[in-house]
Amino acid sequence: MKGLSKDRLWSIAVLTPSIILIAVFVYGFIARSVYVSMTDWGNDPAQALALNPIIRFTGFANYQDLFTGFLQGRFRQELVSTIFFTLFFILGCLGLGLGLALILDRNPRGEGLWRTIFLFPMSLSFIVTGTIWRWMLQPQGGLNQAPTLFGAPPSTFAWLSSTDAIWKFDWNKLPLLTASVVGFVLVVMAVRAARSGDRTRTLVAGGCAALLFLWALIIGPNIKMLPAPELHGFNFALIGIIIAAVWQMSGYTMALYLAGLRGIPEELREAAKVDGANDLGMYQHVIFPLLAPITLSAMIVLGHISLKIFDLVYAMAGPDNINTSVPALNMYLTSFRQNQFALGAAIGTILLILVAFVIVPYLSSQFRTEEGHA
Amino acid sequence: MTANAPVNAPAAAPTAAPRRPIKPGRVVMYALLVLAALFFLVPVYLLVATALKSPDAINLSTTWHWPSALNWASFSDAWSKIGGNVLNSLFLAVTATLFSALLGSLNGYALSKWKFRGANTLFALMLFGMFIPYQAVLIPLFQFIKSLGLYGSIWGLILAHVVYGIPITTLIFRNFYADVPDALIEAATIDGAGFWQIYGRVIFPISIPGFVVVIIWQFTQVWNEFLFAATLTNTTSQPVTYALSQLAGGQAVSWNLPMAGAILAALPTLLVYILLGRYFVRGLLAGSVKG
Repeated sequence: MKGLSKDRLWSIAVLTPSIILIAVFVYGFIARSVYVSMTDWGNDPAQALALNPIIRFTGFANYQDLFTGFLQGRFRQELVSTIFFTLFFILGCLGLGLGLALILDRNPRGEGLWRTIFLFPMSLSFIVTGTIWRWMLQPQGGLNQAPTLFGAPPSTFAWLSSTDAIWKFDWNKLPLLTASVVGFVLVVMAVRAARSGDRTRTLVAGGCAALLFLWALIIGPNIKMLPAPELHGFNFALIGIIIAAVWQMSGYTMALYLAGLRGIPEELREAAKVDGANDLGMYQHVIFPLLAPITLSAMIVLGHISLKIFDLVYAMAGPDNINTSVPALNMYLTSFRQNQFALGAAIGTILLILVAFVIVPYLSSQFRTEEGHA
Repeated sequence: MTANAPVNAPAAAPTAAPRRPIKPGRVVMYALLVLAALFFLVPVYLLVATALKSPDAINLSTTWHWPSALNWASFSDAWSKIGGNVLNSLFLAVTATLFSALLGSLNGYALSKWKFRGANTLFALMLFGMFIPYQAVLIPLFQFIKSLGLYGSIWGLILAHVVYGIPITTLIFRNFYADVPDALIEAATIDGAGFWQIYGRVIFPISIPGFVVVIIWQFTQVWNEFLFAATLTNTTSQPVTYALSQLAGGQAVSWNLPMAGAILAALPTLLVYILLGRYFVRGLLAGSVKG
């Protein structure tokens, strides 16, 4: 089956429509969005919906506005919120999913029924989930009334309408914080490379880390992004949304882990037992290391879902609750309610960059290993 | 990744069957299972209980009580508000799913059985489309649909779902066909069959499980989607997710209505999941593992 036979031409012909559609709808539209984000389309309301709007190229002005503009504090809080949301959402799903999978792996009776119960929320829309949990988290009802069933006084946590926050930091410190975190990761990379004897990698990672720390010490503290300190942190109002999201998605990690556990050959467990490993030791030294790749896949899939989550927030807290809002929701409101298309496109592009950080290395590593096998 | 591993697993479960004194370990296990099941089922109890209450019986302090009189009228009231949208969703999901499945099957066949140079790179570039946040393409998409004259029409929404469904359907079929032995194709080639004969006589007849997985997955995705639904449609063509969000977002509405609406909006995908759960899980696992 070599050369360009008629059949091979057919296969390319069959793929062509999809290739064109993806090229236009994914790559073309991304390029167009990036372009729109560098204009002033919609910043002047009169021009936003005009038939032939006057659109000027303004470079990175919209991005600058989002990160340092006086009026865009909401976006900055959303960026912080989405990071915290992603962190706790992933931790919750991994923890609960792994726990459930480990229990189901011990073959309880009626396993199919348990699995069905844990997984059914996956088939629901985030809008349905949001509607249910919105009702459950009403401050005077739902979960807060649950203690009264046992004779205790009702709980008073305000859930979605809570305005408290912790772990606040000044937005002006963001470059410094970012530099420190990235620098720390680079140091870890350098140490690991040094241990495995990769000299160039050690030098590059170490050098970059040193440069970053130098920058953070000398230039970083003098950067003022905003004229006044602006505090952002983890809003307690997000807790309810995280719980609802974990309720919906932890069945997914359970299914992943369960498939992984069932894929571990029985002989391996037997061998570990023969070697004198107890239950704990077997999990620690045999099973968990084998599950590590699954954890990575799950983190990536959950991470990108969490970064673009918007419907759940919309259904639970409505569009105007700034304490629960996320960039994906802001993009929708900015573009289609306020008609500030350029600003909306800029938020969309920032989201894309965040997701690409997670997805691109993953996809390319998946395919590199595959080409290696071929 | 083997998604079908759990199917034959119960064979390895003789430990639970024979009658033996119950070990404390297993008591703890069942206690944990019940606890977890409560976490997943309590929202369902509240959903059903609230949907069956009459508006004046809904009181925040009696949230947990089962209604003293069942008010089935909630469902007909909710249907009168969002029934048209349920039908929109049904048309949308069925049509978009059929197109996606057909495209995915052909793409998967071409990519796995007629590999050409760069096929893997091409496939990776396609897959990226499955992970992008749709906010990053929303404005050009909106403009494009509008310029086609499809804004507000259900067909614009179908187009969007079919296009952005290409990556996942292609992925599932490509992995499915990868398990079909190449020898089968070669034998058919020797018999003189070409691209389409092989698809029609060899590949398509054995594709049923693949189609079931893809159809279930795509149907659920399209039915549950919200962002495109909110941007590309108007009142006559809005699917049920958007209608439900409007119903639930209004402050004046009594809570039994959105709850009954949520049940109506959830039933189709929930039924599919309960009846065909095994295939649903396969689609779920396919979305996370490539290669």
